[in-house]
Amino acid sequence: MSQHFNAMPGFRRTMGFTLFYLGVLVLLPIGGMIFKVFQLSWGDFWAHATTPRALAAYRLSFGASFLAAFVNAIFGTLLAWVLVRYSFPGKRFVDALVDIPFALPTAVAGLTLANLFSPNGWLGQFLVPLGIKGAYSQLAVVLALIFVSLPFVVRTLQPVLEQMEREVEEAAATLGASRFRTFISVVAPSLLPAVLTGFVLSFARALGEYGSVIFISSNMQYKTEIAPLLIVSLLEQFEYSAAMSIAVVLLVISILLLAAINLLERWVSHFHR
Amino acid sequence: MAGLTTRPLRGDTAKSQRGSEETPFIKWLLICIALGFVGVFLVLPLINVFYQAFHNGIGFYFESLREPDTLSAIQLTLVITLIAVPMNAFFGMAAAWAVAKFEFRGKALLITLIDLPFAVSPVVAGLVFVVWFGRQGFLGNWLDAHDIHIIFALPGMLLATTFVTVPFVARELIPLMQANGTDQEQAALTLGANGWQTFWYVTLPSSKWGLIYGIILCNARAMGEFGAVSVVSGAIAGQTETIPLRVDKLFHSATSAAGVASFAVASLLALLALLTLVIKSYLEWRTERAYALAQRSESNSA
Repeated sequence: MSQHFNAMPGFRRTMGFTLFYLGVLVLLPIGGMIFKVFQLSWGDFWAHATTPRALAAYRLSFGASFLAAFVNAIFGTLLAWVLVRYSFPGKRFVDALVDIPFALPTAVAGLTLANLFSPNGWLGQFLVPLGIKGAYSQLAVVLALIFVSLPFVVRTLQPVLEQMEREVEEAAATLGASRFRTFISVVAPSLLPAVLTGFVLSFARALGEYGSVIFISSNMQYKTEIAPLLIVSLLEQFEYSAAMSIAVVLLVISILLLAAINLLERWVSHFHR
Repeated sequence: MAGLTTRPLRGDTAKSQRGSEETPFIKWLLICIALGFVGVFLVLPLINVFYQAFHNGIGFYFESLREPDTLSAIQLTLVITLIAVPMNAFFGMAAAWAVAKFEFRGKALLITLIDLPFAVSPVVAGLVFVVWFGRQGFLGNWLDAHDIHIIFALPGMLLATTFVTVPFVARELIPLMQANGTDQEQAALTLGANGWQTFWYVTLPSSKWGLIYGIILCNARAMGEFGAVSVVSGAIAGQTETIPLRVDKLFHSATSAAGVASFAVASLLALLALLTLVIKSYLEWRTERAYALAQRSESNSA
């Protein structure tokens, strides 16, 4: 590493452009909104950000995102395990399918999920008679969020599983541990940081999601209205201050989650050196 | 010592187990659960899009795609994507050069900043531009006086789309260019190449697959973005409707024909998603093969 003398050209130009681009397109717009909210008094901000309707929206957003991330932590771990450890026909194809939620626009995801779980849909026709309403309910919000945040745990875990040394598991087996015991005391602890990273990534993605949810949810105040939708509704009623206050709450949470993800990723790479 | 003899050595069966594998029953059970999850949550929704799209027959399918408002939505989406993606590709290359080829303080912070648009809710991404350019925004009066339309018009939708797709290319290129190091560039510079030549003939060829990969993902998101664009668009049919907004409008129309039409329009985006996945898989397969070949030639020469 030539840290003291670097003969590479173009640092000033590329760095200047990078900062300019990010500044104009990302920081200035976000900063403008924060500035506007700072012009409100603390009392006004607090009143806007904590109306009963807003609190209900946060509760649904957080609850549904948490559940979705939790489901993905479990099934994502299972899926990553199956894709790395076992061989079966069509494995590469299944591996490629995991990226569908990244590639499929969220509006399309919401549209098709709403149809699948509606009373006449492929899944709804069996589930609705059992009392499971997978569309236009709070469950619907969770289902949409599971879909959009599905790849994160799988994709975070796969490289970690690939690099894991199986000798350690063999050693545990040699020492007489059952396969289950080995998994719980040897495998699980070394996967935990990566699973947690994937969980937080899923959660962060789910918390901000809008497109898929508004298709599948009934979007009713206090019941099935997520926080991003509340922002849009307030904006349509020209309630700018209220919309911005809630947006700032979400923004601060997003930034905190981003920081948490960075710390977790550092932990993961430290763990697997 | 006595304990050792009570544990029989199962030579032939233990061989395949290696002590670190599950029994075949557990293994296939896990595979079936995983495939079931993938089937219900990923495959079924995708197939359903196409099934519903052709629900009223193939004639109706193409008819609903030929509707003037749908055609104009397709056109608008293409225009926005054709501007937003090259901008972010150019940004990605510049940012990757600065971050990967140099050491400086605050690098981690800069990378986090590049990631920021991924963390922000799309709705918030749209809102920040309303705060600047909306009627009550900072520049609202001035824009009104000069008859410049940004919100509820193309420029606002372009800004929102560009915002949410900023990180794609940079994120793919930074780790790749970091892994490639600077040795080859240093060699080119020593031999008398200038900065542009070095970038064009050395850096770009060695990272072009990463660049294409980033552009493909950026393109898929730009064409499919819904939340950020819907906040700034106003969804005026034939004017400020992109393909995803058109899907939304048709879905919320009361008639069942419009419902089928919304799936027909959505199937265009689903096709785009499939195409994206195919190209992505091909690029990954290529990179893996190149890596394997490089390793083999390394072990041969050793």
